[in-house]
Amino acid sequence: MGNDRNTFSIKFDKVCEVLDKHECSPNKLIAILQEIQEEYKYLPEDIMTYIATALGISPGVVFGVATFYSHFALEPKGKYVIKVCDGTACHVRKSKDILQTLEKELGLSGKKKTSDDMLFTLETVACLGACGLAPVVVVNDEVHGSMTKEKTIELISRIREQERQEMNK
Amino acid sequence: MNASMLTKQIIDLEKTRENYNKACTAYKMRIVICAGTGCMANGAMSIYNKFREVIAERGLKADVVLEKEEHHHVAHNDKHAAAGESQTVNNNFLLVQSGCQGFCQMGPLVTIYPQNILYTKVKVSDVEEIVDRTLQKGESVDRLLYECHDTKHHVKDMNKIPFYERQKRIMLKLCGHINVNDVDEYIANGGYFMARKAVLEMTAEQICKEILDSGLRGRGGGGFPTGRKWELTRINESDTKYIICNGDEGDPGAFMDRCVMEGNPHSVLEGMIIAAMAVNASIGMVYVRTEYPLAVQRLKKAIKSARENGILGENIFGSGKKFDIEVIEGAGAFVCGEETALIASIEGHRGMPTMKPPFPAEKGLFGKPTVINNVETLATIPVILEMGAAKYRELGTETSKGTKTFALTGHVANTGLIEVPFGTTLREIVGDIGGGVLDDEGNNCGVDFKAVQIGGPSGGCLTKEHLDLPLDYDNLRNVGAMVGSGGLVVMNQNTCMIQIARFFMQFTQNESCGKCVVCREGTRQMLALLDEIIEGRADAQTLELLEELAETVRIGSLCGLGKTAPNPVLSTLEYFRDEYNAHVFDKRCPTGNCEALKTYRIIAEKCKACGLCAKKCPVEAIEGAKGVPYVIDAEKCIKCGACINACRFNAVVKG
Ligand SMILES: Cc1cc2nc3c(=O)[nH]c(=O)nc-3n(C[C@H](O)[C@H](O)[C@H](O)COP(=O)(O)O)c2cc1C
Ligand code: FES
Repeated sequence: MGNDRNTFSIKFDKVCEVLDKHECSPNKLIAILQEIQEEYKYLPEDIMTYIATALGISPGVVFGVATFYSHFALEPKGKYVIKVCDGTACHVRKSKDILQTLEKELGLSGKKKTSDDMLFTLETVACLGACGLAPVVVVNDEVHGSMTKEKTIELISRIREQERQEMNK
Repeated sequence: MNASMLTKQIIDLEKTRENYNKACTAYKMRIVICAGTGCMANGAMSIYNKFREVIAERGLKADVVLEKEEHHHVAHNDKHAAAGESQTVNNNFLLVQSGCQGFCQMGPLVTIYPQNILYTKVKVSDVEEIVDRTLQKGESVDRLLYECHDTKHHVKDMNKIPFYERQKRIMLKLCGHINVNDVDEYIANGGYFMARKAVLEMTAEQICKEILDSGLRGRGGGGFPTGRKWELTRINESDTKYIICNGDEGDPGAFMDRCVMEGNPHSVLEGMIIAAMAVNASIGMVYVRTEYPLAVQRLKKAIKSARENGILGENIFGSGKKFDIEVIEGAGAFVCGEETALIASIEGHRGMPTMKPPFPAEKGLFGKPTVINNVETLATIPVILEMGAAKYRELGTETSKGTKTFALTGHVANTGLIEVPFGTTLREIVGDIGGGVLDDEGNNCGVDFKAVQIGGPSGGCLTKEHLDLPLDYDNLRNVGAMVGSGGLVVMNQNTCMIQIARFFMQFTQNESCGKCVVCREGTRQMLALLDEIIEGRADAQTLELLEELAETVRIGSLCGLGKTAPNPVLSTLEYFRDEYNAHVFDKRCPTGNCEALKTYRIIAEKCKACGLCAKKCPVEAIEGAKGVPYVIDAEKCIKCGACINACRFNAVVKG
């Protein structure tokens, strides 16, 4: 499997680049993990072990940091990460209804967060700082405000349609 | 230090201001498109693009400042100078993007200066009319003006809109007014003059004293006097000291720090420079939560242009002093807003709080003396130096000086970011600025709110009995709430307060870092008790246990997160005891929000006695006869909802 080996080494090239940039300083662990996640969309276990070795700390420390912060994902996420705000302002404006609509629409639930086709990941977050537009949903980095059930369904169909068109190309 | 370093271009503030102002007189109008997160979400960018398109189509000339163009800064400087020299061009417009103007609900916002015309809820299809009528003929497009909800009167001058008129925007003055990506605009409005004064003309002691005299207290929640914090750091000798700006803003329902970082990032940098001079620090860091990508981007850009102008770096304002700032992105943990946890996080560890003392002023980041201040605190510093401590003290109340920003959200007509002097009452905030409370159908019901939650997960509730309480640090503490970071969530009569208490408990339970047992397990058990109440499984003992546990968690937790976690529960218990009792003893939720406690009943007046519901009921819980209204037997009812769906006269209700 020559091909595999090839992607494997490319994978670590990027890691080395990030590590070099931060001069292999354990103090920069969080920044390093952030950049790695930006690249891979999540933190693969082998890469975390690699980072630990490079920084001269135990893999447990890296793992501990990665699990402490909610921003880090240990599993791959879907192409569209949908975050439903459940901050105070959104909560009192019934963000739960939006979440339920999305769960139904995407066939996801509290435990199952990513759809099988790896298209959608559904998460809740505590306040996105756009409370003036409550309830708020964010798809990747795009903010959608004053959401209703209807607007939510429309949003999902739009994304699905877009995906279909891309597939056909 | 070599000579070339010292002679590196140091910006001449006076000259920049003069050039800019001269350039501005050459513009007939300045069109400001709000590009805060809220307005962007409503399509501000397409409106911006449409303006460019229409202006070009009409053969008009407009200077634009593009956010994405990396090199615009230099080009733009030249442009101001050029426009300033050629005074003859007088049909030019300046099209700029600003940060959040605070009036998010009414967005996308377009403001036209010098007339101060504010257009609300602008759509792409409105742009042509604005260009043709306002830009070309100087008329206003009335249907886009703000309409007062009671008088139905259209307000042309933005400063006359009650939302703005009742505020005192001194820290937020430039937020939403200036172009965030143009340091010249900040300088032209007086920016960096105070930083230069602090660097070149004031001693560290003088700065500390001025801030102490101003009475400024930390805006991040604790309310500790900022001047005292700086003085404590100043007197510690060390080769390195740090200034950290706390932009973690994890409190759900609060977004003032985001608006400041996005809308006027230079003011945060200026506050940090002054803080650095007050304690002799050389390194600054802004810790921004990861949910705020726009804030990160704008701060980085602001730092870059400050460096290019000799305002940050090795030799700031040619003084030979060194101070530079870096942006650090958080990784999503509420507890990292706590100062010792934040320090641990910057050092690359899990963000867990540590015991105080030692305080960061003695042993902070990497063991060095460190000042940690909130974004708003720092952005207020230049304002204080400019006004003078004595003048600043005139604002506010006896114990709380100055102004405070609040994020006004929830069931209120005008949600958004506001700034008012301490001592302002809820009646003014909710009624006048907020424009009244909205019920679930969107009807305005004046100041008839059920509760206002202030201070987030550490705070408490205020009720109508507090309508005229002057809001400040101490008054709020006395009634079991706190200023916190300043989230004000208005709740209408239809809100279940037990669910609100549960909401915050869930939040703190999720965010508890797990280090101390009382906080980790205590919050979990409190949550379980609240669930029992909501699900109708509670009895008198549940309430007793809840109160006892709240006390334990309050006393026994290590950091502020645990210490204040019981506040929302204690505060709702105090003001909404009846509601708790109804849930516990009558198994009834007065607002009909708790699913498990909902009961179905038939309104006799509406019932036509058709019997359809009884036919559909799977457990034969409905009885009645021809001509007699039907009745639901609560004992038998399994709450399936079949009757509601069956009734054609809306006679069956749930609640
Ligand atoms: C759990 C917890 C969360 C906090 N979150 C924040 C925050 O998001 N932003 C902030 O400025 N301060 C926060 N604080 C307060 C900080 O610990 C610190 O007091 C503050 O940043 C000091 O700045 P100030 O004196 O300017 O208010 C938090 C405190 C606790 C206990
Ligand atoms: S509560 Fe949802 S954006 Fe703040």
